[in-house]
Amino acid sequence: MTPSTALKKDQDEDANRQHIDSAVVRFAGDSGDGMQVTGGQFTLATALAGKNLATFPDFPAEIRAPAGTTFGVSSFQINFGSPTIKTSGDDFDVLVAMNPAALRVEIKDLKVGGIVIIDTGSFSERNLRKAGFETNPLDSAYLGRYRVIKLDISQLTLDAVKHLGLSNKEALRCKNFWTLGYVFWMFAHSRKTTSDWLHTKFAKRPDIVEANIAAMNAGHALGETSEVIDGFQGYTIPDALDIEPGLYRTVTGGESLSWGLTAGAQMAGLKMVFCSYPITPASPILHTLSTMIEHDVVTFQAEDEIAAACAAIGASYGGALGVTSSSGPGVALKGEAIGLAISTELPLVIVNTQRAGPSTGLPTKTEQSDLFQSVYGRNADSPLVVIAARSPADCFDAAIEAVRLATKYMTPVILLSDGYIGNAAEPWLIPDINDLTPFPVEFHKEPDGFHPYIRDEKTLSRVWAVPGTPGLEHRIGGIEKHYDSGHISYDPDNHQKMTNTRAQKILGVAKDIPEQTIEAGPDKGTLCVVGWGSTYGPISRAISNLQGQGTQVSHVHLRHIWPLPTNLGELLGNFEKILVPEMNTGQLVTLLRSEYLFDAKGLNKVSGQPFKIHELEVAIQAELEANK
Amino acid sequence: MNVVTPGEKLKAKDFASDQEVRWCPGCGDYAILKAVQKTLADIEATTENTVFVSGIGCAARFPYYMSTYGFHSIHGRAPAFATGVKLANPDLDVWVVSGDGDALSIGGNHLLHLLRRNVDVQFLLFNNEIYGLTKGQYSPTSRAGTRSPSSPMGSIEHPLSATQFALAAGAKFVARGIDSQQKFLPGLLQRAHAHKGTSFVEIFQNCIVYNDGVFDEFTAKAVAADRQIFVEHGKPLLFGAEGNKGLHLNKDTLQFEATTIGENGVSIDDVQVHDETSRNLATLLAQMDSPGLPVATGILYCNPAASYEQGLAGLTESVKSKEHGDLNALLRRGHTWTVD
Repeated sequence: MTPSTALKKDQDEDANRQHIDSAVVRFAGDSGDGMQVTGGQFTLATALAGKNLATFPDFPAEIRAPAGTTFGVSSFQINFGSPTIKTSGDDFDVLVAMNPAALRVEIKDLKVGGIVIIDTGSFSERNLRKAGFETNPLDSAYLGRYRVIKLDISQLTLDAVKHLGLSNKEALRCKNFWTLGYVFWMFAHSRKTTSDWLHTKFAKRPDIVEANIAAMNAGHALGETSEVIDGFQGYTIPDALDIEPGLYRTVTGGESLSWGLTAGAQMAGLKMVFCSYPITPASPILHTLSTMIEHDVVTFQAEDEIAAACAAIGASYGGALGVTSSSGPGVALKGEAIGLAISTELPLVIVNTQRAGPSTGLPTKTEQSDLFQSVYGRNADSPLVVIAARSPADCFDAAIEAVRLATKYMTPVILLSDGYIGNAAEPWLIPDINDLTPFPVEFHKEPDGFHPYIRDEKTLSRVWAVPGTPGLEHRIGGIEKHYDSGHISYDPDNHQKMTNTRAQKILGVAKDIPEQTIEAGPDKGTLCVVGWGSTYGPISRAISNLQGQGTQVSHVHLRHIWPLPTNLGELLGNFEKILVPEMNTGQLVTLLRSEYLFDAKGLNKVSGQPFKIHELEVAIQAELEANK
Repeated sequence: MNVVTPGEKLKAKDFASDQEVRWCPGCGDYAILKAVQKTLADIEATTENTVFVSGIGCAARFPYYMSTYGFHSIHGRAPAFATGVKLANPDLDVWVVSGDGDALSIGGNHLLHLLRRNVDVQFLLFNNEIYGLTKGQYSPTSRAGTRSPSSPMGSIEHPLSATQFALAAGAKFVARGIDSQQKFLPGLLQRAHAHKGTSFVEIFQNCIVYNDGVFDEFTAKAVAADRQIFVEHGKPLLFGAEGNKGLHLNKDTLQFEATTIGENGVSIDDVQVHDETSRNLATLLAQMDSPGLPVATGILYCNPAASYEQGLAGLTESVKSKEHGDLNALLRRGHTWTVD
């Protein structure tokens, strides 16, 4: 085929496709069906195709839940298209259901008229029963409102790889790549990235590489050659228009947070000692950093959460940047050690990838219910800095900010992420490390007049004197120190003074952080929606949708949870009403009410699932209506 | 503070801080403090490169009395802090000072993993078989029947042997001493310091207020010679006031028996020679607690293996040839695309 005919064919194909601006696709199957891999590969191809996107991996806590059960369903959702995409989307346009359980769990959120792709090969009587279907939904009116693509994907996969002589089990494992090939066809995505990935991933098993590629090609070919739904020849989505020029990659919150910590340590001129204990959903950070030893990152998998925090503090005492990472239950165990870091005034970054609780709760589901734990959750008056990341890419900047504040103010900083941000992926304009502003740490060296609690007059930060420095030998610990000598002191007035100083130091950080800005909407009016963390995506989309309809509403999104920005009270005072959507039962709203005595109202959700845009639109409208 | 002209050899007193020591008069800790300060002078340590890390308890006040760097941390967690210090700067000489409650009760898990990882620190466990700072409750090393404020009718718990715990956790250096053994203690501590990896030293320490005389049955002057054995590598395991008692290994019971040379045909050849590289011998020595057998002190076990720091240095070395620390290159690795 000459280049000109190839171009013509592409244009013809494009002409027959249905034009849409964006689409939400959800891949759902058994835990062992490889849905997360499928979703990840689809995300990469989508990004390389030049679309905006956001994803939402949603999987069970069990590694391999019993096959075919509804609680074993693992899903991956992606929202992509040409407009700015800030969330993984509400209801989906396309659902891939690899078994009856996936269909049963997910079908309720498929748009009316949406497409559902079903592997009929998995609809055995046994699987139907496990999913709780008394009759086969494929034979009933159950799917009447949708466009159904019934394919025996299991058999089609077996046929596609038959010539390779794999075992039946191994051959069936290629099912997800067959499906991926078909969905690639549906959205006219290239198969190249997946093919490259397979070659790298299974470099030692060329037969597996070949089988998966054969399955993917067969799925793609079926789309091209057969019209499964009358008149439907796939979709075409224009490229994203509003993307800032530059070099991009996809990034998960876990990755960008790890890289941000590393960049922060480099800006501070310090080695990073990262100490952690495995816990869902925080472990990806430990995994990422464990590969980064050549970037002056030492990782330490401690024997427990407490040891992880203590080793990080020991590392900071020794002159490195100590970082510890966990999720809520683990951070609870670190509480006493964090108190020691507050008392000894050593830098420490504590990353909390929040999950749904209390106790073990829902380890793989998301929530933002550790705000109280972060701001207040220690014995005694023990203030520290709390900041929150709003999206996967934002974790990079938030982590750098956490390191800057920890080292400049000699304080623990809690950096809040959550399960959604940690696992979700989005495109990222890759920053140039050389463009970042360094904030080099200067260890104290001068023996004259030295004691360990000499403070900077402006920041109230104490000097950082590192073991190995001649003439600065000193002893510190958790017992109260004398303000003027750093020696143990049980003096009542001194304890008052030290407690006040620790509080003032942290409150003073407010002078060193950006003033709060309004994300969208007017700077005064009836209603301001105040969010923090991963609700950024759905809130900002809901607000822009409402503004598109002519509704006057504003959005403020907090990065700094403690101390709060100095102008926040004044800024929010310009609104008649304040609505605070949170994935908890009302934590930021309580903080704002107690700090500013505003009659702020909460909008709360703790289902383990992120807010839907539509839910927020309805709530905001209701709040505006109630005002009339 | 303690500025010392380079090159000047420090004396034991140069390792004492200006802080008043606040242990009870007569506490065994004073003797240990003195022995440690002497050891540091003997090994020509520097104050700036030496760090004492402790948890909570009477023993944990130790760092305040040293002129070195010191970190008085939280209860039981000193091993984790010490590990962190070594991860930050492996060149520092780190000593951990702990007690029986701190090391074996609240901090048992951390000690276990410190020993397993073989982090290069000296770990001194001051064992007085009682909680001192919280006013006298029984500890995990208190003997069954110990009466205390929390066990008024006598403890119903079984005590833990610190030394056996250390051996089982994989310690490569295990020694035992007594606070009053000023003659031997600095030598033990020197060997502990020379060993690369975790050097575990249990020191029987008398608590004059809450558990006075608990070790008298083998430390009292009248009985010490017959109830203690100071073990030395390559030498027969001899003890007794006359030096004529020996430990014979009964190959049937796999236990030591006390024998007397010259009685019942026993000769020096029947006495076991100490091999400090043998974990089995060390274990047998550590578990001698019946009235007929002496309590073993000295270096029970020393069999060096790669320390945690050496392992880490190996990892660092293995990536040296790669692009060093170029974060920009890392961020651009894998699939990227350009938007014009």
